[in-house]
Amino acid sequence: MIGLISYLVFFSTVAAILSIAVLGLNLQWGNSGLFNGGVVAFFGAGAYGTLILGGTSQAGHLGGYELFYPLALLGGMAAAGLMAWIVGLLTIRLRHDYLAISTFGVAVAFENLMRNAEGLAGGAQGLRGFERPLHAWLGDGFIYNACFLVFVLVLLIATYKFLEVLIRSPFGRLLRAIREDETAARSLGKDSARIRLTSLIIGSVIIGLSGGLYATFYAFISPQDVLPILTFQIWAMLIVGGAGNNRGAVAGAFLIWAAWTASGWGLSRFAPLEMQLYTGSIQFILIGLVIVGMLLWRPQGLFPEKLVVSQSGRPKSEINRE
Amino acid sequence: MIQHLVDGILVGSILSLGAIGLTMAMHMLRFANFSHAELLSIGAYCALVFDGVFKAIYAPLAAAIGPLSLTWALALAIVISMGITGGSAILIDRLVFRRVRAKGGELSMVFASFGVAMIIRNVLGLMFGLQVQLYSKDIVFAVVLSQDPFLLVKPDQIFSLVAALIIMFVFHLVLSRTTFGYSLRAVAENPELAQVSGISLIRMITLIWIIGGGLAAAAGVFYGLTNQVNPVLGRDLLLPIFAATIVGGIGSIYGAALGGFLVGIASNLALLILPSGYSPAMPFLIIIVVLILRPTGLFGEERH
Repeated sequence: MIGLISYLVFFSTVAAILSIAVLGLNLQWGNSGLFNGGVVAFFGAGAYGTLILGGTSQAGHLGGYELFYPLALLGGMAAAGLMAWIVGLLTIRLRHDYLAISTFGVAVAFENLMRNAEGLAGGAQGLRGFERPLHAWLGDGFIYNACFLVFVLVLLIATYKFLEVLIRSPFGRLLRAIREDETAARSLGKDSARIRLTSLIIGSVIIGLSGGLYATFYAFISPQDVLPILTFQIWAMLIVGGAGNNRGAVAGAFLIWAAWTASGWGLSRFAPLEMQLYTGSIQFILIGLVIVGMLLWRPQGLFPEKLVVSQSGRPKSEINRE
Repeated sequence: MIQHLVDGILVGSILSLGAIGLTMAMHMLRFANFSHAELLSIGAYCALVFDGVFKAIYAPLAAAIGPLSLTWALALAIVISMGITGGSAILIDRLVFRRVRAKGGELSMVFASFGVAMIIRNVLGLMFGLQVQLYSKDIVFAVVLSQDPFLLVKPDQIFSLVAALIIMFVFHLVLSRTTFGYSLRAVAENPELAQVSGISLIRMITLIWIIGGGLAAAAGVFYGLTNQVNPVLGRDLLLPIFAATIVGGIGSIYGAALGGFLVGIASNLALLILPSGYSPAMPFLIIIVVLILRPTGLFGEERH
């Protein structure tokens, strides 16, 4: 029983961390129509940033500033935002393919840099030597994991609330206006490039937060954690949940993460021995089929975006009478 | 230095072949097709299969041509593979892209192409195994072309370069001398106006997939011939091919051809300064430099 509960805690923690990344992507793709092909790079920037800033000092590479944990986490988020700012500045005014290709390129380059630059982040061996915050008080066991889950859930709810307020604000309306018809928005004097860039950065900072939490949870990050498959998983979560709908995004994250871990467990348990080498391939095909299948048969996702009329054309008095 | 330059040109010709098809599809269908590089893998594996088939049917075909490791069987297999890969490209379009297109949303196409790439890559891995395969187990020694500067080139590399150049030249003749070429350029220029003049858009899209698939297959086989065949071949070449289209300007066929060579040369020259571990990241640096200096690429037009 306690085994099951502690597994559920573990599962929910990872799913909740990934939900935060899906929420960030939802702001970019669901609300602004920005295609981020390198989610994992911003996730990785948050993760590496947090560990480098908050870790104990290590021989041979950068890091070990032992910053107060919340500051380290903020630093990781800032690193993700900075990366988004640079990529966005170069591509946001161009055809949308450029952003897709460049963000994809950032992810390839980021993974490559982390794998090779040993002086920067430990190379292929990854970053160790991070003390989990409040480790001394809460120990290492179940209590710690339960408290960490609560911490992640609080941040997930805070992110959710923040985004709900943001997309209901004039800024959110502007984002959707640009997504639907950029020319029309520009004809009203809106600086569409700046608004889109802002959305890209905010979304990436949120994805960076997710990465920072992920690295904190494992107290370790390596190039193996920032492979392109994570980008696909996060997309599949958003597409299944329903782009444009934050609740759908969170639901999609839990659903896909459950399906992913269940399929991994099932394959490792029931696949014949000679097929074990290929279970990864089978899982990748499944996630590819989920993405393509959803786009073909239910592009709006399981929980579609509710289109809202921000302001009714009728005079206020008439609405009040109803 | 010279060695890097020559290697860059050799790799560049392969990238050019891939980039030409990609830039056409991107221009016509308005989406970044992340599954295009998987067509190179399909082509490479297809040639591997037919190479074996031809050798089994008629043993003398297993003889190597001159100093190359390329056999007559493989040479025939390349032609078959170009056809089949072109057919696969159409099939993928019918099964996925056309339907997603009909539902609207250019960006959904990008997602779909990622999904398709994932499926193709891993299905190939399941079918042919994750291990590296070679067209020929014979060891072909590189030939020393000159002692000073020291220059080593494999005969297969020369063959790939010449064959790629011939294919591109033939395609150039088709574009500039035939009615089909005119129609293609007309559709690229202005789809509505081209349709008014009686050019069928659907037929043009089909042709673009055939040509793009065929060129990609040739590129895949040439890559396999000069390096090796494995299921992640497409994944590894995706970013360099994208970089080539951006260098040339998205939509420009001649730009893509030139862009391929430039990316190949630049990536190889960079190895003079950077450790070779960084070479997968080189195309990204090239993309960034182009976006800073000249976002529209060499021959691209301003279009949002």
